[in-house]
Amino acid sequence: MSDVVLETRSLVKRFGGLVATNDVSLKVMKGARHALIGPNGAGKTTLINLLTGVLEPTGGSIALDGQDITRLAPHRRVRRGIVRTFQINQLFNELTPLTSLALTVSAQAGISAKWWQPLGRDARVAAECETLLRQFRLDDVMDQKVSQLAYGKRRLLEIATAIACKPRVLLLDEPVAGVPEGERQEIFDTIGALPDDVSVLLIEHDMDLVFNYARSVSVLVNGAVFAEGDVQTISRDPRVKAVYLGESGGAHG
Amino acid sequence: MSLAAQSRWRWWEVALGVAALASWWLVGEHALLANEIAILALFAVSLDLILGYAGIVSLGHAAFFGFGAYTAALFAKHVMPDPLVGLAVAVAAATLLGLVTSVLILRGSDLTRLMVTLGVALVLFELANKLDWLTGGIDGLQGVVMGPLIGKFEFDLYGRVAYGYSLVVLVVALLIARRVVHSPFGVSLKALRDNRLRAMSIGLNVQLRLVAVYAFAAALAGAAGALLAQTTGFASLDVLDFHRSADVLLVLVIGGTGYLYGGLFGAIAFKLLHDLISAWTPQYWTFWLGLFLVALVLVGRERLVRPWTWWRRG
Repeated sequence: MSDVVLETRSLVKRFGGLVATNDVSLKVMKGARHALIGPNGAGKTTLINLLTGVLEPTGGSIALDGQDITRLAPHRRVRRGIVRTFQINQLFNELTPLTSLALTVSAQAGISAKWWQPLGRDARVAAECETLLRQFRLDDVMDQKVSQLAYGKRRLLEIATAIACKPRVLLLDEPVAGVPEGERQEIFDTIGALPDDVSVLLIEHDMDLVFNYARSVSVLVNGAVFAEGDVQTISRDPRVKAVYLGESGGAHG
Repeated sequence: MSLAAQSRWRWWEVALGVAALASWWLVGEHALLANEIAILALFAVSLDLILGYAGIVSLGHAAFFGFGAYTAALFAKHVMPDPLVGLAVAVAAATLLGLVTSVLILRGSDLTRLMVTLGVALVLFELANKLDWLTGGIDGLQGVVMGPLIGKFEFDLYGRVAYGYSLVVLVVALLIARRVVHSPFGVSLKALRDNRLRAMSIGLNVQLRLVAVYAFAAALAGAAGALLAQTTGFASLDVLDFHRSADVLLVLVIGGTGYLYGGLFGAIAFKLLHDLISAWTPQYWTFWLGLFLVALVLVGRERLVRPWTWWRRG
């Protein structure tokens, strides 16, 4: 079970004189629960954007299942199974949760370019939407405009949309950011219930979540990998405490 | 509401279809005006597909309208006078122009798109002006004689055949467009209008979709232009003029975007307003049109068409 699914080799991204990603070599194993932590401005989001293809790297390469995908268009990476959620909700505000998910499921099934049959003609699409809506407790609001949903519901839809893409590598960018304390459990449960063969890369500030959920951790500082290892090692590493966890982080160690 | 219910026919859509067909017998002496309305409606539905659905703003949609009009007129004059073949050729030509120019609207912001679309229309306008050996330049393309429709119906002076022709083309175009906007492809247009980043992140090829819808809209605009040239037997620089691009935007402002029928309602309101006000005060009709638009925007379309809500609070 040590198959590498996603791998970056000496990945570099420069914005003018600023090096946002500096020689990052990262391996995500099959079924990994890997956390990416680092102080603000460490280059976590840039790295996600490089992995999903929103940004093109200045140097280095990215491989999925050993195949180079460095120059692959973003939507093709999604079809290959690299799926992300966003720190700030990115939703289709004028659509309903039902339509959003139906479109996502159709895209995943390769029928989203059909232009002659109504959306949801395929029985599998309707069935899958129903399952997702129930799983994420969105069935009671499925016909409301997304822009009118409560924040917690929109957050759930954000995660549901990613799950609907049937990810093989799921990049979670601060999944519980801004979610009220009471509604977090729902999201934790969903993430916890992901199939074992899905690899998860979690970007998070919430150290409780990182140390509860992740099995391995990479620490990014100034765009470079500063430390890497399993959760216990990293949480005890004095250097990590110094640069990242600081005084307040000591409680977790 | 299940997914299947979203594409089901509503009662008012059926009523609209019946009213459209009935109008052919009822227009009487106003067939020429009705013909203009049908053509403007088709043109506006075409703009709605890119503006209301895909969220692409355009100030130069007349490029496709005019290209279709000149193609149809030239085809009738030099190749063959059959209207339906001419319509098909004009649609094909406009589609091609849409495909070629779509690369210009893929990048940039709304402002750059406004400029680029405006620029394309200006270039075509100037080409039509300069190539007077082909287009007749500023005098327009004279001597276009159309053959009878499906070999039977000669275009008459009162515009009865013309209106029937334009109406059928409009209805067919609406049926096709309705089918398309309810399909996964059509819904994905709304999705990329709302959020391109997310559309990409669920695996949609955003660029390809924009190209496809732009070409589709160009095809319908080309059809509208062809109808105008064929039913009037004339094509002039006016078909490429800036005011056409602006008028069709106004039509959508009046009729509303993103529900397919806005262009139809807008075209009826716009043309009737034009006709009524200019009959009453020929020189100042734009003043009243302007006033109407300001009132429409201030009051809101939803409220304007529901007078019983005007005095209700909240």
